[in-house]
Parts: sequence; C-alpha cells; structure tokens
Amino acid sequence: MPAIRKTAEEAMEYIRSGNTLMVGGFGLSGVPLKLVDALVKTDLTDFTVISNNIGTPGQGLGKLLNTGRIKKAVGTYFTTNPDVGTAYQQGKIEVELLPQGTFCEALRAGGSGIPAFYTPTAAGTELAAGKEQRVFDGQSYVLEKALKADVSLIKAHKADDLGNLVYYKTARNFNPLMAMASDLTIVEVDEIVPKGTLDPEAVITPHLFVDILVTG
Amino acid sequence: MYTQEVRHSIARRAAQELRDGDIVNLGIGIPTLVNNYIPSDFNIHLHTENGMLEVGPSPSPDSVDPNLINASRQPISELPGASYFDSGMSFSIMRGGHLDATVIGALQVSQAGDLASWAVPGRTVLGVGGAMDLVVGAKRVIVATTHLTKDGNPKILPSCTYPLTAKQEVDVLVTEHAVFHFSEGQMTLVEIGEHLTLEELKAITPAGFGVHPGLTVAKRKEAIH
Repeated sequence: MPAIRKTAEEAMEYIRSGNTLMVGGFGLSGVPLKLVDALVKTDLTDFTVISNNIGTPGQGLGKLLNTGRIKKAVGTYFTTNPDVGTAYQQGKIEVELLPQGTFCEALRAGGSGIPAFYTPTAAGTELAAGKEQRVFDGQSYVLEKALKADVSLIKAHKADDLGNLVYYKTARNFNPLMAMASDLTIVEVDEIVPKGTLDPEAVITPHLFVDILVTG
Repeated sequence: MYTQEVRHSIARRAAQELRDGDIVNLGIGIPTLVNNYIPSDFNIHLHTENGMLEVGPSPSPDSVDPNLINASRQPISELPGASYFDSGMSFSIMRGGHLDATVIGALQVSQAGDLASWAVPGRTVLGVGGAMDLVVGAKRVIVATTHLTKDGNPKILPSCTYPLTAKQEVDVLVTEHAVFHFSEGQMTLVEIGEHLTLEELKAITPAGFGVHPGLTVAKRKEAIH
C-alpha cells in the first residue's frame, strides 16, 4: 500500500497535544525542519520530545521550545541550545539526559520489542544514579529502558511511493531508529521516486515503518 | 592560559600513540588536532559517532556540505572507502569494542584511570553526548590534555572531584610535560619532558604514580611557557 502523501501542514493533523514525539537529527543535520516549522505553527502543546538536541537558539526545535510547548525533553546533548538550560533553570521543562549510545540503543530496543537492556555505559557515574545495576562476568552494567513514541518526525533523502527510504550522508543519524520506535512515522523527504527505482540493496528503512510522506 | 603551541605539542605526542591500521575516534578540543600529526605512511581510519567511517579532512569553503559533518558539527570530507550508518550502528562500533583507540580530552583524570570530562559541580550541564560510550568501548583510551587547568589548578588527581565519565578506563595520558600509562588501577610515568625534573612534575601532579624503569626523557621545548 502506498504511503500517504500530505503537505507538512496537513501532516500535523496526526499529532495530538500531550503526544510523545521523536524528532531526528544531529545538530541541524537530518532534522525535518519543514515538519518542525509546521508543528510550531499549530496550537498543539505539552509534548515530550525525544531528540538528540533541542535545536539551536531559535532554530529547529528551538522554536518549539521558545513557544513553551515542550513539557519534557529526552536526549543527549542540549548544550547546543542555551535556551534549554534557561527553561530548565526556570522550571519550565523537565530534562532527561542519556549517554548517546544508550539513547540509540533505547530507540532500537523500542522498535524491536525489547523493554530494557543492560549497558556498561555510565556504570559508576551520576547518570546511573537510581538505575538498577548488575554485574556480568565481573563488569558492572546499567539497566536502561526502551524509548517509544506516539509519532516520529524524521528526515530522509528519497522515498519511493511505498515509503522505502534512503538517506544522505551524516544526515541519517537517528532517523532510521526513530522510524522503528514510533506508532506513526511522518517523513520529510527531498524527493519521491516511483516504486521499483530505488536499489533494494540500498534501502535503509523498509516501507512498513513509514506512514506519511511530505516533500521538503 | 595555554598557547596553541602547547596544544599542538600534546596532539603531536598523542598521535605517536596510534598504530598503523587503527580505527580511531577523535574527541573534541586537542584531540581534533591529532589528525595533523598522524605519520604519512600510516593508514588510520577515522570514525565519527554521528555515523561515518573514513572521515576526510576539512573541505575548502566552496565544497562544504551541511549534511556531511563530524560530531563537533564541523564540515568534513569523505575519503575513498567511506561508509555511512545510523547512530545505532555507530554506537555498536564504539560500545562493542570495535574501535582500536580513542583520543579524548579531560577535565580531570585520577591515578586509578577514572575520567571526568563532561560536567562541573554546581553548574547545570545538559549535555553528555557520546563520551561515556566512547571511553567504555574503545580498546585503548588515550587522554590528551593540558597538565593543569587554564587557571593553573591540577587536573591529575588522587581521585576525581568532578562527575565521572567512566571509571578506570584511561589507558594512556599525554600532557605537555609527560606521558603516563594506567594498568589495574595504577598510574606509571613512562615519559617526561627534558624541560622539567621529576620533582617539578610531582609538584604539579597530586596523583600518586610510579616511575617506569625504562623512563624516557623527551625533548618538548615547545611545551615551556
């Protein structure tokens, strides 16, 4: 079945206030900027946002933050946007900080039917405080829970009609993992090509993970 | 305050710790300078945690691609044989023990090989990034850092007072004055700059360390400041 095609504005109809959203990208590379801008223009609010960064000041998710619509941010590196620190200090948002490898694995687990996993990362550090730790073969591991979302907003390079995705260089980053870990996946792409024209060996995200396509 | 010459001196010495054929991830700060000093006859394969192997040098300004960046969000280029992968694969490479080495900066290092590199007490720090995974996973962790803070305070301590990045994961510590090795919770001096005595080094190094019987004295005149 072909993926549903919408404009960025129309695609926002699938999002509800209070949703948990995953948003792809590392820095501003691989962020679905058109989708984020369309989200900023809605009246929707109270989001838990799972994303490596919360944009930069006034850019990408930084816009959503500055309009007071993020209730909680889950990610690894919010230092790129000092506005996150300010909002946190003022008690306007909750923040959950994870090591980046733990963040990725939590996304992968979330999309793979694995509720939690043990990782050596952060064992013996403040980021493991309050988390279950267990020793395997003499090494300490931390129990981390999977991440899942209602909706993911991701960026890919090309899609075919079915929604098979290929990515572009280091803009791939968290996008394929988020497509797996959300109930509904909205993808911003540079181009949609006919079914059968993407090399099947090059497809990174099979179409079954993709629901809605928006051209950028 | 440290000069660029001191930072380059540390990077040059840290580069000598790499081995031909190594898969390497370079952290931010002084470690990024290491790339300038890799011996020309070495094949070093650079990995960046945002999803690429065979990272090439910074491109000329007219060929910058905003979607081809390293983990410091700086533009990079692609060498022949490059590959791209998602962040999950990238951290499997790191945490799974598939990196031969990482060169990483530090705020503090303890005599047991603990590393503190991401947070300062009393300040809200909302970024940890990939450092914890890198240090836990890489086969060799080479810390490249100035011997003292920019205010002249010691960084190489009996135990870290800042929040830890990882416990007992540092293998080699390179500063402008010395090189230390770590094994089973013990720190050993293996190289000292000819510009200072062992007593002078001990005076700026609160951490307890042994001295290797084959201690090398190295010429590091650019380190004097």
